[in-house]
Amino acid sequence: MKLNRRKFITRLLVAVASIEALFLIKGSVNKVASASATNNLFNAGKASSFDTNKLYPFLTGQFFLKRFEDGGFLAMSFKCTHLGCVVNTNSQTGGFNCPCHASQFNKFGEVLSAPATRPLDYFPITIEKGELLIDTKTPIRRSSFDKSQLTYV
Amino acid sequence: MINKNIEGRSPSSIEKFFLHLHPSKIDTRAIKFNRTFGLGGVCALLFVILSLTGLLLRFSYIPTVEHAYDSILGLKYNTIFGQFIRNLHHLSAKFLIVASFLHLVRVYYSQSIFNKRGENWIYGLLMLFLVLASSFTGYLLPWDQLAYWAITVITQIIEYIPFIGHSLAYLVRGSDTVDGNTLLNFYTLHTGILPLLFIFLMSMHFWLVRKAGGVALPKRDEIQKVDVIPNLVSKEIMLASIVIAALFLIAVFYDAPLLDQANPLKSPNPSKAPWYFLGAQELLLHLHPFFSAVIIPFATALFFFGLPYFKYNNLNIGVWFNSPLGKKITIQSGVIAFVFTFVLIYFLEHFLHFDLWLSNWPSIISTGFIPVLLYVVPVAIYLLFWHKKHQANRTELIMACTSIILSSYISMLLISLLLRGEGMLMIF
Ligand code: HEM
Ligand code: FES
Repeated sequence: MKLNRRKFITRLLVAVASIEALFLIKGSVNKVASASATNNLFNAGKASSFDTNKLYPFLTGQFFLKRFEDGGFLAMSFKCTHLGCVVNTNSQTGGFNCPCHASQFNKFGEVLSAPATRPLDYFPITIEKGELLIDTKTPIRRSSFDKSQLTYV
Repeated sequence: MINKNIEGRSPSSIEKFFLHLHPSKIDTRAIKFNRTFGLGGVCALLFVILSLTGLLLRFSYIPTVEHAYDSILGLKYNTIFGQFIRNLHHLSAKFLIVASFLHLVRVYYSQSIFNKRGENWIYGLLMLFLVLASSFTGYLLPWDQLAYWAITVITQIIEYIPFIGHSLAYLVRGSDTVDGNTLLNFYTLHTGILPLLFIFLMSMHFWLVRKAGGVALPKRDEIQKVDVIPNLVSKEIMLASIVIAALFLIAVFYDAPLLDQANPLKSPNPSKAPWYFLGAQELLLHLHPFFSAVIIPFATALFFFGLPYFKYNNLNIGVWFNSPLGKKITIQSGVIAFVFTFVLIYFLEHFLHFDLWLSNWPSIISTGFIPVLLYVVPVAIYLLFWHKKHQANRTELIMACTSIILSSYISMLLISLLLRGEGMLMIF
């Protein structure tokens, strides 16, 4: 096929627009750049101040911090994986209930009843000088709970 | 006629421009009310009202998380006629959704979408998309609990699209959750980009209606033509007056809702999508997201965009329902689909728990494939029955499909709107 000037220019423009669109979809429009990366970490306090087998809600950090019997920490997002409502704690099951469409989760964040299809996301925890730092900007998806998701002192 | 009116004054250029939206003479059948029901005109009128009230609202609205809600309160309590303007805007938006849907129904069932009009059908669908997008972006702006959680729920649905879902949702929200970035995005779209696109598409739409020779009419040998002024224009003015009067009257008594200020830490129970998306949300409650958020929406969109271009064998352009058989099949399939959808949902809710019975099967089969089959197989048998028993041909069967889709959506929407209470559980 012959490529004349008009076709060439049209295709060039289409190509540029597609690349731009691709970048937009991939990276979106960034509205604010934050000066330092450490801002993103949520400091939950001394690790030793948390009892085992207890659940601590951190509403401002948008997560529940659970310390299991063996001392492992798990920071679960409070956003329901169905459509993003905020789940409530359920004192009977030790897990969570969603007010919006009645999904239920157990204490590991796994689905007990639909419509949610995957467990609550969790956030990576690092421990520095005995303090728990939770990276609330990078929720991690999972298909079930396993030990490797826990963080130990 | 157009150049000289009764007082012998020639019309101004502005008048001439508006007069050129119409031809000077028009077929008498085209101005019968039950040909178009004036629905396209009502859509255009509502768009104008929305633009005017929207421009006024812009004087007081502040698109930031801190001030958005307060600026609505200020409008309500400290601005003369503030709430009234807001009500007008709110109502017109609601009516526009209903009117453009009815307009789509009328152009489709009066068989006015083929040949030259096919392109205009596409423009129409794009405008329907714009109408929904405008309503949706406007929904967030008051920044109350209703707005915040409805937008949260819908943008989460986008996340279910495979591969690009998350990026797409991020692009729409400008963030991982609904926040100030989302508000800025939506404000820009709602008061800038979408109205501009709308004006462009509307101009094309009107031009294409004229280019196709006006509204579609059945073929006839003898055609009787009359002057557009006063025969059509007087009717248009009358309808416009009635619509405006009704809007003003309702806007006095019906306040646009405003709940508590948005609280990202507390979801209301239940959290529902905006009413026109409730059908989609209902689908998501019963079907695996791969079907309810991907396959079904895309297949439906493809079907609607394809409608003018499928192969038909006996088109009667401009004839309502194409034939008496078409009318019968449309009405019957619409009613049956409505009831069937309702019954199926009722059973899925109370008796058919495939996710529990087949809990060791992949959920895409137990909550996806099986319920889809439960719907598709009876529908296919029904269509086959019409084909075999009544010799319904391609044209009528496609019409039945359209009716089934539209009617099922309305059925789901009404169930979600009226029959779902706390925890989105059915109230009976
Ligand atoms: C929302 C804004 C819309 C406006 C302002 C609008 C306006 C109009 C007007 C004034 C007409 C002339 C006939 C009549 O009044 O019915 C018309 C015809 C038409 N419209 Fe629309 N319309 C809109 C949306 C749509 C939608 C959603 C569709 C379908 C997807 C559509 C498809 C058509 C078609 C195919 C015709 C030609 C009908 C014929 O020739 O009989 N329009 N439109
Ligand atoms: S958002 Fe939690 S169940 Fe729907």
